[in-house]
This record gives sequence, structure tokens and C-alpha cells, in this order.
Amino acid sequence: MSEYILEMRNITKEFPGVKALSNVNLKIREGEIHSLCGENGAGKSTLMKVLSGVYPHGTYDGEILFKGKTCEFKNIKHSEELGIVIIHQELALIPYLSIAENIFLGNERSSRGIMNWNETITGARELLDKVGLKENPNTPVGNIGVGKQQLVEIAKALSKKVKLLILDEPTAALNEDDSENLLQLMLEFKRQGISCILISHKLNEVSKVSDSITILRDGQTIETLDMKGGDVNEDRIIRGMVGRDLTNRYPERTPKIGDTILEVKDWTVYDEQRSDRKMLDQVNLHIRRGEIVGIAGLMGAGRTELAMSIFGKAYGRNISGTLIKDGKPIQNNTITQAIDNGFAYVTEDRKHYGLILIDDIKRNISLTGLPKLAKGTVIDDKQEVLVAEEMRQKLKIKTPNILQKTGNLSGGNQQKVVLSKWIFSEPDILILDEPTRGIDVGAKYEIYTIINQLADEGKGVLVISSELPEILGICDRIYVMNAGRITGEVSREEASQETLMRYMTKTGGAKHGNVG
Amino acid sequence: METLVKMFKNNIRQYGMIIALVVIMILFEIITGGLLLKPINITNLILQNSYILVLAIGMVLVIITGHIDLSVGSIAAFVGAVAAIMMVDLHWHPVVAVIASLVVGALIGAWQGFWVAYVKIPAFIVTLAGMLLFRGLTMIVLKGQSIAPFPNGFQKISSGFIPDFGSAGTNIVAVLAGILFTVIYIVNELRDRRAQKKYNFEVVSGGLFILKLVVIAAIINAFTFMLAIYAGLPNILILLLVLIIIYSFVMNKTVMGRHIYALGGNEKAADLSGVKTKKVTFWVFVNMGVLAAISGLIFAARLNAATPRAGTNFELDAIAASFIGGASATGGIGTVFGAIIGGLVMGVLNNGMSLIGLGVDWQQGIKGLVLLAAVAFDIYNKKKVTFLK
Repeated sequence: MSEYILEMRNITKEFPGVKALSNVNLKIREGEIHSLCGENGAGKSTLMKVLSGVYPHGTYDGEILFKGKTCEFKNIKHSEELGIVIIHQELALIPYLSIAENIFLGNERSSRGIMNWNETITGARELLDKVGLKENPNTPVGNIGVGKQQLVEIAKALSKKVKLLILDEPTAALNEDDSENLLQLMLEFKRQGISCILISHKLNEVSKVSDSITILRDGQTIETLDMKGGDVNEDRIIRGMVGRDLTNRYPERTPKIGDTILEVKDWTVYDEQRSDRKMLDQVNLHIRRGEIVGIAGLMGAGRTELAMSIFGKAYGRNISGTLIKDGKPIQNNTITQAIDNGFAYVTEDRKHYGLILIDDIKRNISLTGLPKLAKGTVIDDKQEVLVAEEMRQKLKIKTPNILQKTGNLSGGNQQKVVLSKWIFSEPDILILDEPTRGIDVGAKYEIYTIINQLADEGKGVLVISSELPEILGICDRIYVMNAGRITGEVSREEASQETLMRYMTKTGGAKHGNVG
Repeated sequence: METLVKMFKNNIRQYGMIIALVVIMILFEIITGGLLLKPINITNLILQNSYILVLAIGMVLVIITGHIDLSVGSIAAFVGAVAAIMMVDLHWHPVVAVIASLVVGALIGAWQGFWVAYVKIPAFIVTLAGMLLFRGLTMIVLKGQSIAPFPNGFQKISSGFIPDFGSAGTNIVAVLAGILFTVIYIVNELRDRRAQKKYNFEVVSGGLFILKLVVIAAIINAFTFMLAIYAGLPNILILLLVLIIIYSFVMNKTVMGRHIYALGGNEKAADLSGVKTKKVTFWVFVNMGVLAAISGLIFAARLNAATPRAGTNFELDAIAASFIGGASATGGIGTVFGAIIGGLVMGVLNNGMSLIGLGVDWQQGIKGLVLLAAVAFDIYNKKKVTFLK
């Protein structure tokens, strides 16, 4: 019997064309809180999916030892039987069912298919006591706050006799009090001998509760840090997370920066579903003509929400603040109005929000600019073909002809179609949300070249990206966001991955910090 | 031959239902011993199916946006009843009454469009409510009884024919119309082909192209000649053609049409591309209301009475026509022309089965199987081309 409750040895997981994990090793001691840190896409979630059986045995290489015994999980149920329970970032609760029903979902207290309600309710009460949640077990889950819902998830995990609890970004949606509660609960579990794996972008929390930290980068284990010595601080963790070389993957460009084209002042936005939750808090930023401005931040920092709320209030409610374009205040109350004001928004999810996959390239390109192609209301087919052809050549969309369905194109070519659509609408301000997500390296270079051209034409470009090297490689100035606030503004010269990462994990809203 | 097979495979979705229609027609022509394609029966086919075809045009638009409308039969009945009251009881002039009826249809469409587009209630529920509501209203305004007869001018909508020059046996107007239509068709095809070649799109080989023109020209002229032998061009056929041409044009060539397809193809993406999705949805339902009103007027004129049970199950025939014509239940795909073909498939089946004396029980069952087979074929075709991984 080893001192480790879990050992993952040489885990390698490949997706078509991508090696998501390469010889990853992870060792968790009995009864410790072990954090897993890394940038977006470093492989944390993939590793946890391998562990919990979402990717069953046989789809990856390497071995998993739980309590010294080799395990070959076929599915989640299988890993849960041994006491490995994962709580995902997006809670898996059913809002219309009661707390008690949710706790025992899939694991019902019943005999021969008939529910035993007494046992369900009393069992739920016991578990709620353990996690310190004072609620009636009959309350529908949708009626309690996110912090309490998180506790219900944990109670649900406890009902499965959990030995190893995995929490994926448990505090991302919580306020500070609820977060603190949750961390205390984790320490309490530790005293009871339950081991925990914590995945979090909030490094202050990580360094507060962890016994050890394993850092992943680009699908590889970089190092495991022991926190007991007390000589590991946040800077040390950040260095481990980002340390990588930048080769010349970005086209050269000399920016020609002009006057301010857009100013966003005191932009505050509330959540669409829960109107008491502030998603963006007093955001201020500006973009100049010919400038590529980056927004860095971790998932859930509010970057997409910012972009979409500016773009015709496509997200959020109770939006307050002002937009000033070329010195004049403007209103972007609808998407059409935003487009008329010269805005363009390239979404992070081109398949669901960017393209009409069952339509051809030509129709996708012309969609936003259709009125420009129409005499009265009748579309000039010939003009439409010419426009689409011109875009195909200019942006080098690789396709036999413009009548190909966009659903059949590769990611890079799809993105070029989306860009074509917006270029044709002749915007002044382009907001590009993860413009190279899921695109191979060669196509990325071409997309960067297009972005540079747009900036050189005197447009203002705002780029949101989770890839720090990309932000550093193409932007002239970078804002960093965390928890709905701008936590820093850095120029190209003073920006480094370490600086950005520090602002990205910083809570609170100080601005204009210097490199430390 | 190889290219022919390849072309057939590529266009099977486009031409599949036309081929099915032709096969069904030939089948019944043989079974009925030549009754199906008799001039009088061809004319009857048009008169019998006109009101369903008008509904199918509106329905395919609704289905392209990703919705459904179950209320059109009830709306048709209600508008027919209102028209009867205006013309028979109140002695309004038919023209005034027809215009007023179309306005009533538009208002009903706006009512349902409001709930679907702006309140976001699923169209299935809104129009199910509408189906009950307007059927109820029909019975209330008619007090449970039929109103008849309509003025002569109004009846002519459904039973009249375009007047001819001479009094000879064969109708000259119909023959000329056939020739005129053929010329327009060929000119149009040639123009399209030239444009496609110019932009390097794939075009079929010259021989096949000419074959296609000849076949279609022959069908058009055979059809109009048949009509000419019986009584000439029915008024209703002209109305139908005008509607088909206008709606095909709107769907293919106008901004509104594009927006309807975009909305059905991916509502969120269309919204973020500046399509006013709510407004488009609203107007598609208003349009459906107007077409349901036209359908109701045609039916009332044909029956020469407004009855409480008019229009029962019309919605189901219109929906079936759209799906048989290749519309996708998830939206974004479908054509007006396809819906018309779908409607004709159902119509020929009905007519053919009646001619051979098959009972209504068997007719219903067979129609159900045809609908299922058509949609299964459609899904099978789509599975071969996967868009989303």
C-alpha cells in the first residue's frame, strides 16, 4: 500500500491531429488537497475526463492506480463506484427538482423501482448538515443561489461515498463569502480524510488551501510543487504555467496609430438569467484607429460578455455606461444599430453563432451586407457572386467554388468566411473573439495577416484571446480582465506572460499597474 | 451515361420528388386505364387541390423558419365564414368583401406571430390554441349553420375559366399561354446558364441541358393543351401561378427571402449578423394568415357555401406537402416549388385512389406512409452529408 491514493502514470491522450496529453504524471497523497494549474487548453480538463472515465480505458495510453490497484474505467458510473467524484464547472443540477431529488439523482433511494421518500428526505438532511447548508430538502434547486447549489453538488458527491473529490473551477461563479465557505469545507473534508483535486484559475485560493500543486502546460506535466515548505508563492506558480518560447509565429507589422475611434465608459452589465449578478463592473477602455487592442483573461472573466454587450446588447441586461465613437456618444441598442454604427463582432463559436452551416459560402458572406447588394429589395445576384469571389481570393479561402456549404469547410476556412462577411459590411470597429480557436498553425498566420491589414486600413481592432502568446504576438496594447473588471492595462513593450497572468488572477480592480 | 448517373445522384434531392410524382402519375394512369390524365380530370386536379397548394406556399415559409402552423384550416374556415356574412348577409360587393377578408387573415396572422416571435411561445402551442380558437369562432359566427349561396362573381374565383377568343373546340388562350410560358422558361434557363458559366460554376453538359429544356417544354405544352381541350385555363390556376412565381422570387432573390432562410438555418448566427429575427418571424406568420384567408375564400367559392366544418385537416395536408417537398423539420431548408410538388403528390394520390374506388380508410393510411417515406428519404440523404461533427 503506497502513500498515494491516486497515481496516474504516463497518461497520453490523442485527438485526431492533436496530442492533448503527453506522458502526464499525477500523484495524489491520501487526504491532501492537490491543485492542478495551467493555462486554458493545458490539458487539465482532459486529464480529469480520463480519470473519471468520460474517456474510457482504451482511448488513452498509460495507467491509473487508485489505492494501489490498477483501474480501467469504462464510464463515469464505474469511477464513481470507487469513490472518485467530479464536480464540473457548469453544475449538473436540474433546477425544477428538489434538493433531495437532485442529491440522489441516478442513485435513488428506492426499492424495486418505487421511490422511498422518507429515506430520501432524511438522507438528504444528513448530507446537507455535513456540508453546512440549512435549506429544506424539498426546495427546488432553481430557487437557491449558486453558492448553495455548489454545496448541493458536494452533498451529492458525498452521497456516493466519495474518497477523491475533484472540483473544476468551483468558485468561478461564486462571490467572495461563498468562495471562502467552500474553501473551509474543503479543509474540513481533508480532516475527515477525503482527498481533493482542485482545478482553479484563482491562484490566491490555490496557494491558500493546497498541500501540493501540479502544473500542466501544453499537455505535459511541468512540475509538482510542495506547498508545505511555504517558499512557493503565486509568482512561482505563474512562472511554471507560462514558461515557454515564442518563435516567430506572427507577421511583422509597424502600427500606424491614429485618433481614438471608440471609448467605452463605465460599462456595467448584469447576468441575463440572474439579474442580481454583475457580470461586468465599470469597465473602461478605448481603441484607436489602426490599433490592435487585446483583451486577456481567463475563462469566465467576462471578455465575451463585454464584446457581446457592446455589440448591440447581444448579451446581458440592465446595461449602463456610454459608448463614444469618434468623439460622439452613440447608442448600440440593437445588433442592427451596432452594425449601422460600424461595429462587427466575430464570435468565438463560429459553428453555432457565426455561420449558417447548411448555407453556401456566398450566402454566408453576403448575409450582413445584403442591403448593399440589393436594388430596392431585390438582390443583385451577379454583384453577390463578384463580392464572394473577391473575398475568396483576397482571404485565400480554399474551396473549389463559392457554392460549397460552409459546414464542409475546415476551421480555418470557416473563420475566413466569417471574416469575409464582416469585412464586406465595412466596419470601423472589429471585435474578434478567439479568432484562431481550433485553427491550425498555417491558417493562424493567415488570419493574423488579415487582422493586421484591417488595422492598417485605419480600423480599430479588439482581439479577445485565451492564448497569451497570441495576444502578445499581435496586439499593440492589452487590457487584462478578471471577474468582470479590467485589472490591468499594459503596452506591447511592457507586456509579458508573467505580467498578464498576474493581472488575470488578480481579484479586485486596481488599474494601470506596472511590471513588478 | 456515367455522367448521367452522377448527375442523378447529385440532384436526387432536388429532382427526387418530381420523379416520384411522375412515377405515381404513370402508375395511376395505368391502373385507372387512362382516366387520370383525361383533360377533365387534369382540370379537376387543379380545382380540387388549389386551396391546399395555396396553404402549402405559406406553410413552407413557416417551416423554413423552423416553426409550424396548425391553425391554417381553422383560419381558412373562419375567413370563409366572415366572407359569407359580408357578402350574403350584409350584401357587400365581392371585391370589398375579399379585401376585408384578407385583412382579417393578416390580423389573425399578426396575432399568432406576436405570440411566437415576441413572447417566444412555441409555434406549436400558439397555433394549436389558434386551431381551437378559430374553429370555435367559425361555429359562433355561423351559429352552427351553413351560409349560402355566394354572389356569382365570387364563385367564379374557383369555378370560372379565362374567356377564350373564338368558340371553336380547342381553347386558343390556353395553347398560347403554354407557348408563352415555354418561351419565358427557355430564355430564363439560357440566361442562368450563361451566368453560371461566366463564374465557373459547374454546369450540366450541353446535350443534357437541351434534353432538359425539351422535356420540360413538352410537359408544359402537353399540360396546357389538355386544359385547352376541356374548358381552358381555370382562373384559379392563374392565381396559383402568380403566387408561386411571386413567392419563389421573394424567397430566392430578395433580402427578406434570404433572411427567412438564414433565420431557419441558424437563428443565433442570423441574429448576430444583423437579421431582425423577431420581425422576420412575425411577418412570416402574418403572411401565413393572408394565404390561409385566400385558401378559405377559394374553398368557400368552390363549395359555394361557408360551413362550420370547412378546412378540417387542411393544415395537415399543407404540412405534409411541405415535408414531402423537401422542407426540413429543423428549419432552413425548403422551397416553394418543392412544396407545390409535394402538394401535387398528395393530390394525385387522393385523386388516383378515388378514381379506382379505394375507400377513405385506405387513402388515409397510404398517404401517411407516403409522408413517412418521404421524410425518411430526406433524413437518409442528409446523413450522407454530415455538417456537424
